[in-house]
Amino acid sequence: MSQTVLKMQSIYKSFGDMEVLKGISFEVKKGEIVSIIGPSGSGKSTLLRCATMLEKADSGNISYDDINMIISDLEQAAVYADKKTLKQINRKFGLVFQNFNLFPHLSVLQNIIEAPMCVANISKEEAKKTAMELLAKVGLADRAGAYPCQLSGGQQQRVAIARALAMNPDILFFDEPTSALDPELTGEILKVIKSLADEKMTMVIVTHEMNFARDISDRVIFMDEGVVVANGTPSEVLMDSANPRINQFLNKISNE
Amino acid sequence: MKLESLISMLQRMLGASTVTLEVFFLTLIFSLPLGLLVAKGRMSHLKVINVPIKFYLLIMRGTPLILQLIFFYFAPSSLFGISLDRFWAAVLAFSLNYAAYFAEIFRGGIQSIPVGQHEAAAILGLSKLQTFFKIILPQVIKNIIPPMGNEFMTLVKDTALAQTIGVMELFRIANTTSSQYFSTVPIFVAGVFYLAMNAVVSYGFSFASKKLNYYR
Ligand SMILES: Nc1ncnc2c1ncn2[C@@H]1O[C@H](COP(=O)(O)OP(=O)(O)OP(=O)(O)O)[C@@H](O)[C@H]1O
Ligand SMILES: [Mg+2]
Repeated sequence: MSQTVLKMQSIYKSFGDMEVLKGISFEVKKGEIVSIIGPSGSGKSTLLRCATMLEKADSGNISYDDINMIISDLEQAAVYADKKTLKQINRKFGLVFQNFNLFPHLSVLQNIIEAPMCVANISKEEAKKTAMELLAKVGLADRAGAYPCQLSGGQQQRVAIARALAMNPDILFFDEPTSALDPELTGEILKVIKSLADEKMTMVIVTHEMNFARDISDRVIFMDEGVVVANGTPSEVLMDSANPRINQFLNKISNE
Repeated sequence: MKLESLISMLQRMLGASTVTLEVFFLTLIFSLPLGLLVAKGRMSHLKVINVPIKFYLLIMRGTPLILQLIFFYFAPSSLFGISLDRFWAAVLAFSLNYAAYFAEIFRGGIQSIPVGQHEAAAILGLSKLQTFFKIILPQVIKNIIPPMGNEFMTLVKDTALAQTIGVMELFRIANTTSSQYFSTVPIFVAGVFYLAMNAVVSYGFSFASKKLNYYR
């Protein structure tokens, strides 16, 4: 039986009086690749942001490797772990943003070694060595000295992936990693993610690329209006689904 | 004007210009870090912090600098019986006044940095302090170079106001020399001094701006 890396239970989140997450539960096991799909506004980004502490959940439980990040008390209000624990949990995940969020004033190499050096206290030499290996892996070894503005969107996103990998996370989240890219550039990102999948990297990927989700995922979660509508193998969710909401969504996507 | 009196006049003014430069640099040394702190306080969500700071900003930017100079020179002695040296009273007034303007420039610069930069740093585990000094501030500095250049140049000229509380700075010396020799030449010489200082400031800023142009 493989180990559970991430466990989310009954996550609720509202912005003002708009309820965005209405009791989301799912688990991710070590080495698993989970795709999250669903219509715009269904709460996919909010879910990732709650999992990565960019947003505070209102109630529910979240744990990484059985370390609790939030537990809800009897009144159902989320109680966060102490600072030290949260710091420890923060080291367990990485997040790749839709619009990369590279640091524009730092070179590609500096972008990657910054966190290993000042958060993980790795020596500069060591951090550089790892960074160069990661850059080679994403096909950008020759661009280490470039600045983000000198790179194409696809290249920037590959640097962002290398930067996330440099902290050696147990689980990597992607929020629509190809949505900000020209269609001809999405392939290079999907290839990198595929290579991570081959190395059994645990990943949760929010995507609108249905073919990619079907090919790469162990599991697909379909979200709509803040709830998990379906959670199963790619064929269960994407091909043989009898659920009208899913089929309506898939038809709409394939017509675009 | 005779040559030797011209030379002695220039010497006096050169001496006075060092006082002007001292006021200028001391003001920057105090007001820049203070401005950064004030900017952070102004952006605080805590009312006990941001309300007093808003009040401070209003006073400093809403009243004449010359009045503030007079206040900081005379108020301590009439209120608490301690007298502040004129020079330091001037530096205090300039620092508090310029910190207010710098704070608003810093605030604009900090708020113009996309939230994604903070989020990327947070995900990577950088602390708030690391994020601010390593990620945010360097980008802020690039963005605020033009308005900062303006403020620095204004400060060079504003130092002349220190004469209202009797600081022997460049313009006061120019004035007294001028009445002593019955000549307006010292006033114009002072003008050349200010212009030269600001030429250096202006050059410094365009140099920095070019230096920071390596990205975006
Ligand atoms: N910070 C916020 N403040 C207020 N409302 C928000 C905020 N963030 C998200 N929302 C709202 O929450 C809802 C869900 O947003 P979310 O970004 O999670 O959807 P999504 O599934 O990621 O959509 P998309 O596919 O377009 O990225 C939307 O209606 C959105 O407007
Ligand atoms: Mg989204």
